[in-house]
Amino acid sequence: MNKAKKKTNGKAKKASEQITITIDGKEIRTTAGRNLVQVANENDIFIPSLCYFENIEPPLGTCRVCTCKINGVAGPACTESVKEGMVVETSTDELKDARNAIVEMMFSEGNHFCPGCQKSGDCDLQHMAYELGLRSTRFPHVFKDRLIDFNPSRMIMEHNRCIKCGRCVKEVFTDDGQAVFSFRYRGNETRVGIDYNEEPKLSDEQARNAMNLCPTGAIIVRGELHARPFGGRRFDMESVQKKERVKEPEFKLPDEKKAIATISLAGCFGCHMSLLDIDLKLVDLVEVVDLHKSPLNDIKKFTKRCDIGLIEGGCCNADNVEVLREFRNKCDILVAFGECALWGGVPSMRNTIPLSECLEEAYLNCITSMPDECAVPYHEDLPKILDKVYACSEIVDIDYFIPGCPPDANHIWKSVLSLVSGAELPVLYSEFKYD
Amino acid sequence: MAPPREHPVTESFQRFFRESDCFRKAAFLQRKEVAVNRKKSTKSDNSDIILPTDRIGLLDYLWAVQNAHGYIRSEDISACAKALKISQIDVEGVVSFYHFFHRKPAGEFTIYLNKSPVCECKGFERVKEAFEAATGGKFNGVDPSGEWGLFETACIGLSDMEPAALIEFYPFTNLNSLKVRDIVAKLKQGANPADICDPVPDHIRSVPDSDKAILLRDYNPGIALEALKDHTPESVLEAIKKSGLRGMGGAFFPTGFKWEACRKDPESPKYIFCNADEGEPGTFKDRVLMNSLPGLMLEGMAIAGYAVGSETGTIYLRAEYTWMKDKIQHTIDHFRKMNLLGKDICGIEGFNFNIRLQLGAGAYVCGEETAMLNSLEGKRGEPRNKRFFPTERGYLQKPTVINNVETFCAAARIIQLGVDHYLQTGTPTSPGTKLLSVSGDCRLPGIYEIEWGTTVREILEKCEADRPHFIQVSGPSGECISMVEADRAIAMDDLVSEGSIMIFSRSRDILSILRNYNHFFKHESCGLCTPCRAGNFILEKKLDLFAAKLAHPSDVEEVRSWGEIMKLTCRCGLGKTAPNALLMAQEKFPEYFASIVDQNPERLSKGFSLKDAVREYDRFSS
Repeated sequence: MNKAKKKTNGKAKKASEQITITIDGKEIRTTAGRNLVQVANENDIFIPSLCYFENIEPPLGTCRVCTCKINGVAGPACTESVKEGMVVETSTDELKDARNAIVEMMFSEGNHFCPGCQKSGDCDLQHMAYELGLRSTRFPHVFKDRLIDFNPSRMIMEHNRCIKCGRCVKEVFTDDGQAVFSFRYRGNETRVGIDYNEEPKLSDEQARNAMNLCPTGAIIVRGELHARPFGGRRFDMESVQKKERVKEPEFKLPDEKKAIATISLAGCFGCHMSLLDIDLKLVDLVEVVDLHKSPLNDIKKFTKRCDIGLIEGGCCNADNVEVLREFRNKCDILVAFGECALWGGVPSMRNTIPLSECLEEAYLNCITSMPDECAVPYHEDLPKILDKVYACSEIVDIDYFIPGCPPDANHIWKSVLSLVSGAELPVLYSEFKYD
Repeated sequence: MAPPREHPVTESFQRFFRESDCFRKAAFLQRKEVAVNRKKSTKSDNSDIILPTDRIGLLDYLWAVQNAHGYIRSEDISACAKALKISQIDVEGVVSFYHFFHRKPAGEFTIYLNKSPVCECKGFERVKEAFEAATGGKFNGVDPSGEWGLFETACIGLSDMEPAALIEFYPFTNLNSLKVRDIVAKLKQGANPADICDPVPDHIRSVPDSDKAILLRDYNPGIALEALKDHTPESVLEAIKKSGLRGMGGAFFPTGFKWEACRKDPESPKYIFCNADEGEPGTFKDRVLMNSLPGLMLEGMAIAGYAVGSETGTIYLRAEYTWMKDKIQHTIDHFRKMNLLGKDICGIEGFNFNIRLQLGAGAYVCGEETAMLNSLEGKRGEPRNKRFFPTERGYLQKPTVINNVETFCAAARIIQLGVDHYLQTGTPTSPGTKLLSVSGDCRLPGIYEIEWGTTVREILEKCEADRPHFIQVSGPSGECISMVEADRAIAMDDLVSEGSIMIFSRSRDILSILRNYNHFFKHESCGLCTPCRAGNFILEKKLDLFAAKLAHPSDVEEVRSWGEIMKLTCRCGLGKTAPNALLMAQEKFPEYFASIVDQNPERLSKGFSLKDAVREYDRFSS
């Protein structure tokens, strides 16, 4: 903070001037020239932001996640210094929706496999999505193939995770003042390039700082970043938003038990295992619902209409599509649970590679395959493989999403209970996760 | 087919054009020498070229090495970084930003085929196939022999003569399969593109009656600067303010206020920039102004310099107009000799002004003023945050005036003719005239100088439009209208236009026009802000769904809401206006969209076709 103030010393004279601004109808006394995002957050008005980093001056204004209406004009809050009489709107439905959409865009534009990322739990992008409560993205995942740059001696550039915020481009320099990072190309091809000659000139500490400056896991210093278990990471437990603790609402269970069907498509059954993690509540569950077609009780066929269908996994073959459509036909409410069902998850890692290449690599060109003796399996009894892994919502309408890989047991339990009872049970910040 | 009629213009005007033809010929001869010299440089070092030593000269540096070797080699990058004292990744970042810089050999002959929406209608695909067949190469790459580099490119400002291409940056217009074969054969026989390229006529079709023409009227060098003798800088500002002149590049910011703000800023030096980067597809009016009245633009810039107290002007010329570069440079030199530029211009003591020409390198977004400033400073052409106006902190953080070619020309005419004369044309809210580049399905594509307030219908009649159906006013970022709105007037308070009207007849497919726009914006986005970079990409996926006939009515609604989000949140005008045409087309052609979406969708197939999805796997069936 002090550093930021020093850098804006052009306004140093005015810095002591006390002013009043209005954010969402709330009058706030503050010092002129301070950053709007900070002033708002200090006054318990949460303006989500990603590219904003308090020591970077002038602010970047690239990610647009902090879009607000300032004196009636839409624009990023992070590039604004507060002025006397400023009127800011942050929480209209339009603005909230637009901000959510931008974070969703980042998830659909990159290849963010949270469960496989070293930075998961310490990632600003993931954190912001948690704060906003994003269950799924409204946009189709684009699965663009980006190569990972292993060339630098000390760093790895994981272009799939980069959100092009520009923090590293504007802030990381060698001691001679040379840029180490720069954007390359343009449009949706834009990525951050690293200078192989300048990077070794950074001290170890400077390199670590560059890694920590990155809001996602795009810049990694070899051997310096290790995945840690849930609970000990920066953004695991507590929300930065000071919310009043909501009391669990009273709810009444319906007189008749609701029928539930579950299925695992292109998934690993991990979500079903997580469902079992509700432990003693399993006994309650049996009181509340009637488990119909499900791998848990091995009922193979629908014999009646169900109220709720829980889908784990996306669709990787024609059989998955058929089963999913049957669920849509036979269930009133369809719930996609787990990352695979939401957008493809781990199986969709193949989406960046053409199907024929995958199959040829697996069956024809691998070390153990004999020339002329091997073929890609193809038989009328085998389900046909789709060109890519599809999210359930790309094929049928899905009514409800539960994120996580796997979703937290309590998250699943509360969601099912909410759907059964009609009361909205609040999911805690610590129960809401993507990995 | 009878040749299109030229509008009868006055005798002196014709004389001027003949003279400007002389300019053109001289310029061609000069360029011929350059072109002959070009491919010969096989020297590994650049010792024979004069290269800049400061970052602001980066674009010139890169052009020099690319012209010498045909592409920018790795050793050029490291030498450039060393000479300009920046890191290599900085240079790489700039090189990869621009469409016309190549890091791999781009062929002995580099061919850029225009992919503007008008060109697509006029036979882009056929011409593309003809080029591929004649050269043996594939587009967006170099053929195996390394002789032909074939690339698609965004609008090259020749929409009145589509299909058009640039070969070694020389214009080749009205292409067809036969002509392409002929051109390639001639080049193979050793012809120089400079010799066989097509002349580019101005196609001035119509100017306002009587004395109402403002821009396209008689001109002699110095005609406006002479009038400056009766003016002080303050009175020039007054005149420009009173005229109500607005920026003609599309933003329509009042020019007088811009100049005044720059003048009042205590910082110095101050800079004048002429934005000659008209990249909006379908626009070519600045091409015609610079081709027929380059002097008027220079005078406008000098007048701006006089008014705001600046001594330096730069023209940022888009690389697509490289073929006009020598002509403009020639005019600048000529002006210097005539003391219309230089010291104590026209004998006005202390009025010093010089103009330099800077070539861009192919980036639509550099038409955005702050992006242009970054480009000129040797950085990537990314728009700046709108914390300051360029008149406060512009080029090198100094007060800067940036105006479009047409604006400078109009300013020169205001000083020459007087404000009162100017105010007699147009409407009370939008005085003056406007140049329109009309292209597409009409018999007389070309330039129309109209008074503000002219209706679209009048323009369509003048250009003899063919069954007009979908009319794009002001380029893809502007507004599209149907014939229901043909009586709307081109005016500030109705339908604004930066100068482009593209006419599409009933036989054109609206979706392919919109996909062309989307492709353009996706490619031209600078990639800095999320909604523009990802939004255009995501919209493309959605439009693919429409093209595959898998879209549902809900998809139309989603496109609308996603477009609105882009308009609200994008960083600069490019992103904010990118979804315009898509949103307006949905609003104005609802019956069309109703016809291309599946009206009674099954709930079980949201834009998913199992048949398509298993097609690739079915290849392994045998």
